[in-house]
Amino acid sequence: MEKENQHNHPAKLGRRDVLKGLATLPVLGILGYGVWKKERYTNLKNKELSLELDLGYEPPMLHPIPPPKDSRTIRLGIIGYGGRGEHLVRAAGFAHPSVIDEWKKGAKENKNDKRYEDYLAQEDLNVVLAGVCDVFTVRSKRAMEASANIHREGTDGKMGTPAKVYKNYKELLADPDIDAVIIATPDHWHAQMAMDAARAGKHVYVEKGMTKTVEEAFALRKTVEETGIVFQLGHQGRQTESYAKAREVIQKNILGKINLIEVCTNRNDPNGAWVYDIHPEASPQTIDWEQFLGPAPKVPFSLERFFRWRCWWDYGTGLSGDLLTHEYDAMNQILELGIPYSAVASGGIYFYKDGRDVPDVFQAVYEYPDRDFTLMYSATLASDRQRGKVIMGHDGYMEVSDNLMVYADPESTRYRNLIDKGTIKPENPIFTYIPGRKNVDAVASATEQYFAKRGLLYTYRGGKRYDTTYLHIKEWIDCIRAGIQPSCNIQQGFQEAITAHMATIALRENRKVYWDKDKEKVV
Amino acid sequence: MNTKENFGYTKGQLSILVLLRVLIGWHFLYEGIVKVLNPNWSSLGYLMDSQGFLSGFFHSLASNPNVLQVVDYLNMYGLLAIGLGLILGCFTQIATIAGMVLLALYYLSHIPFVGASYALPTDGSYLWVDKTLIELVALAVLFVLPTGRHIGLDRFIFGKNAD
Repeated sequence: MEKENQHNHPAKLGRRDVLKGLATLPVLGILGYGVWKKERYTNLKNKELSLELDLGYEPPMLHPIPPPKDSRTIRLGIIGYGGRGEHLVRAAGFAHPSVIDEWKKGAKENKNDKRYEDYLAQEDLNVVLAGVCDVFTVRSKRAMEASANIHREGTDGKMGTPAKVYKNYKELLADPDIDAVIIATPDHWHAQMAMDAARAGKHVYVEKGMTKTVEEAFALRKTVEETGIVFQLGHQGRQTESYAKAREVIQKNILGKINLIEVCTNRNDPNGAWVYDIHPEASPQTIDWEQFLGPAPKVPFSLERFFRWRCWWDYGTGLSGDLLTHEYDAMNQILELGIPYSAVASGGIYFYKDGRDVPDVFQAVYEYPDRDFTLMYSATLASDRQRGKVIMGHDGYMEVSDNLMVYADPESTRYRNLIDKGTIKPENPIFTYIPGRKNVDAVASATEQYFAKRGLLYTYRGGKRYDTTYLHIKEWIDCIRAGIQPSCNIQQGFQEAITAHMATIALRENRKVYWDKDKEKVV
Repeated sequence: MNTKENFGYTKGQLSILVLLRVLIGWHFLYEGIVKVLNPNWSSLGYLMDSQGFLSGFFHSLASNPNVLQVVDYLNMYGLLAIGLGLILGCFTQIATIAGMVLLALYYLSHIPFVGASYALPTDGSYLWVDKTLIELVALAVLFVLPTGRHIGLDRFIFGKNAD
């Protein structure tokens, strides 16, 4: 032995050598046994859980659309090219060259800035922006410049034929070379323009809130049904995968008897509170004030009213029409709520005392006695504490965002056994859906959940990153080609509008408002 | 105690050193196995969660899907290989160095500096020093006090004289 120590490579291996060489090998056996045991335990628990829940992890089916009947290029018009109008047109494939410049610069300075890359990856929708109309000349010119940017290039790029600019929206609608219009004006114009467009045979994409009044909601529904145009209301949340998955959770009755739904809006910056920038070139010379006012009361020219129109009841529909509608539409999609039986509301102008007459803090409570639940909406424009969307049932609750987390209630009747057995731990989700995740029947690990909650997962990989506004426009275009109605059609829009108006009336008239569903009347 | 037989270690010293090596090896190997068994595992969230003076580097690893895939594979199979190496005493010194490199990267991406807050909750309270750093130094101890050629496959590979 002593002698062997002198050699680099032992010629002979003694029994001691073998023992010492392999002394730690059994550790692998122990670890292997442990891993096997743990895997078996987890698989068993997961199996018990998935048997109980019967929920799949595959991406949910969104609005199914048959193949196109007509593949010709669709000629779009835009009415209202403010902040939202610009976003919609960009989503349709026409970004203003200066925006592309900014994105290119961003990508040059920061490798993680993928805005331009993502935008280029967006499928071409085979549409042209043929007509633009805005009452502010600076914006109509900007819309025209965007329309020519067919190669998605910056200011130094090659441009195509620009859109025709119309001074009045009626001229745009009269143009036979326009097939479909996007309406992104202030709310007080939505119904009138959408009806005029429908009567002119144009398909319509209109922003929310769908109408300014209850009467307009009825009139628009009638017109859209009579003309048979393809109508999409601008709730891009219809394209959020997790909402569709949440619908599955409801259909499978995972939460038990639902009794309370809580949705919220939390914002805390001037832009979010409708204090939009006033353009330096804006003046009575560059703005067609008469056309802006349209059906609204005649008041003297005001830059505040023009740019920050949401702050006045004359033009906007308040928190109810602007933001409750998104939350309601998400829940309507998941739960098929329909119009509520009753609404009460309250609120006030508590933070932005800037001359507005629309509250910046607002609460609405809707009753659904047929379904035995309440929908509660609460909003503030001056606190950013996020409260999320929660659907609460006797057996469990569900947090809905871009991800989905379903928890069992500790006092649940249905899950009592599994909770007692330790298969379900009420503090951990019983089901997690993270879009883009390789959801192969695996329960998301605690680590994944932490990262997902902070939005740190699947930003760059897995499910390609899309702008939901693009997907919503695309759905409308695809439906026009297939000759069917999209997901946020006039029926859904009607429910959205009436629901929002009920809360607005309740707030402004300080009373409880009811929906008489037999007579189809707000009382 | 025959010091020559034990490379100058007492039996007690040798046992403790081998135990330390096996336990750290276990930790690496199991972390590797968990990642390999989870089809959804990715280093993305961890990298994006990085803070501190090197966070830009770690974020850039996460932002490129091809690089990310390489990082993921290096992690999964790196942990696995290092774990096996340490437990079995196989290419022990290489495994030790590789382990230290990985731990240094983990530490540098998530240094518990004043004001840092990370997505994952910690199991204790840390300031500048955390368990990753301690594990790294424990590996350094194993590097300067090697045991693979005594208790381990390196005895067959390199011979049982001093490492």
